[in-house]
Amino acid sequence: MIPLTWYLLVATALFCIGVYGVLARRNAIAILMAIELMLNAVNLSLVAFWRYLHPTVTTGQVFALFVLVVAAAEAAAGLALIISVYRNRETVDVENIDLLKG
Amino acid sequence: MTLIQAVFILFAILTLGAGLFTVLSRHLFHAVLYLILSLVGVAGLFVLLEAEFLAGVQVLIYIGAISILIIFAVMLTRGMARNPGPPLNNQSLAAAVIAGLFFVLLAPVIAGFPWPQVTQGVPADAIEALGRSLVDPNQFALPFELASVMILAALIGAIFIAREKR
Amino acid sequence: MAQIYDFIYNLLPYLGAWLRGLLQSWGLPEDAIFLIIGLIKAFLLANFGLIGFAILTYVERKIIARFQDRLGPNMAGPYGILQPVADGIKLLTKEDTMPAGADRWVYNLAPLIIATCALAPLIVIPFGPGAVGTDLNIGVLYALAVGAGALVGVLMAGWGSNNKYALLGAFRAVAQLISYEIPAVLSVVVVVMVAGTMSTVGIVLAQDVPYLFVLPLAALVFLISGVAEVGRTPFDLLEAESEIVAGFHIEYSGMKFALVFLGEFIHALVVSALFAVLFLGGWRGPWLPPYLWTLIKMSIGIFMFFWLRATLPRIRIDQMLNLNWKFLTPLMILNLIGVALVDKGLRAAGATGGLWAAGMFAFNMAMLIGALAIPGYLGHRARMAAMASASGEEPEALEAVGAH
Repeated sequence: MIPLTWYLLVATALFCIGVYGVLARRNAIAILMAIELMLNAVNLSLVAFWRYLHPTVTTGQVFALFVLVVAAAEAAAGLALIISVYRNRETVDVENIDLLKG
Repeated sequence: MTLIQAVFILFAILTLGAGLFTVLSRHLFHAVLYLILSLVGVAGLFVLLEAEFLAGVQVLIYIGAISILIIFAVMLTRGMARNPGPPLNNQSLAAAVIAGLFFVLLAPVIAGFPWPQVTQGVPADAIEALGRSLVDPNQFALPFELASVMILAALIGAIFIAREKR
Repeated sequence: MAQIYDFIYNLLPYLGAWLRGLLQSWGLPEDAIFLIIGLIKAFLLANFGLIGFAILTYVERKIIARFQDRLGPNMAGPYGILQPVADGIKLLTKEDTMPAGADRWVYNLAPLIIATCALAPLIVIPFGPGAVGTDLNIGVLYALAVGAGALVGVLMAGWGSNNKYALLGAFRAVAQLISYEIPAVLSVVVVVMVAGTMSTVGIVLAQDVPYLFVLPLAALVFLISGVAEVGRTPFDLLEAESEIVAGFHIEYSGMKFALVFLGEFIHALVVSALFAVLFLGGWRGPWLPPYLWTLIKMSIGIFMFFWLRATLPRIRIDQMLNLNWKFLTPLMILNLIGVALVDKGLRAAGATGGLWAAGMFAFNMAMLIGALAIPGYLGHRARMAAMASASGEEPEALEAVGAH
């Protein structure tokens, strides 16, 4: 049997990788991908908790499903924003998207 | 180490390794491919957790739809892909420190916490129960409908934002 | 006599039981037996796909030739049946080229991914009672999800080739395959809802009346979107030799081309197998052994693909997208709601068996006729309008109604 701790450690590591990606990447699409990684880490821990703490209650899986839906919506809206920005500014580099900077 | 633990470690390495390459890869298209690999790893972990339905949905939605959408965005902004420039910004070192610190702080807490021992197996009708709870007014029918409305709003919003202005 | 018939009828389960007994008599542990039997199943299924591919290339050329009043391949062996072998040797001996500026890893991995993702759904196709690779409880979801993985392979091929035609082909593939995934999934959802299970074996067992006669609309939409997902005529815009020369696999040669080609054919095989399982009652049928019924029903779907290819011209990309987003997807959403209500109503009224099937059939046929009448009427009106305004001055009016 695999201990619950292992899953949680993998989820934590994946989340930290995502955090690093969000903070360090320049390309907006890459940042979006890092966010997807973080969402997956959350999903992984949700399902792990479901399996090891309350397998007879569906809440854990349902929450993971909702996270999935949110991820899909976020990808659709986020990518639309990125494409719109690219069309106006010819770049998706977050360092150069600084219209509000005086 | 049992066979199932070896399989777990394989999937964990796949997930984390591909995830690391996702955030480090210089070429954006390769980053998406590594992201897909990482998502496959997570789907494998879901199977090990006996959440087959979520594993299937993970592959269908994440790999079949979301990553394809991301690849599409990469191709539409391919002026960037042809001339990538440095993939990381000048705060990458600080970001690495923060992310590393986060893990270092969190890991001992997780490892040291006295998690209750697993007592029951997954019921045989887990998928059916999941489906019923989604449409049961006493459980998740309202959140489910709200999620549907939200994704519809995201759909319309995405079309409106990305549309070529005439 | 009865024993021989029984043996032939249950050939596959008997072979499995014999193999299991043999391995147990050698004193192997249960895990090892599980692993060995799994590997043998995987080997058999993969070879079923590969041999099916070889036969299909020959059969397709012969059938298309008959449709077009030609002979087809007739030089290699009697009736040209050695043509697949000749083709295989030719492809094996071809030079393995790689375009300049190609993305090395991506370019080389793409055919493998396409072929693997095409082969993988065969695991859940049942060939008879007790003769299935694995009876997953998410069977159809698995088949659809793994099939979607081929899309990534297509995009990798298009991007990695460093060729604008390949990239254009990949763009078209994205638009088409993603779009038609939706009606395909919705029609499968209708079946899953009526059968009450996602397991392929469970769906076959639930079909006392084949679902073709219970859910004809879902069957039709599944077939149409299946043709589109496989990318065959009239939906072959992702290859379109005369427009973008071959689409995403333009740069592939030799064995890599063979792999891409194999992926497409096995995808067609898998879609028709799924059609057989979901709508034709899988292995169930009188007299003949179950595996023969499965093969016969699979060949029905395959023959439909060939027939369509020989009959219809290629449609334009806007027609393709219009057909999906303005017709098939809303139709299937309405059908899903309608079937749920009618199913519930019939069961509440106590209708079972034939009566229930007849009610569902009547509802679906009414919906199908109504659905076909609306675009028919719109198309008629658009044609009248186009004729009225100085013959063909307004092509937009015709385009607006899509393929109809």
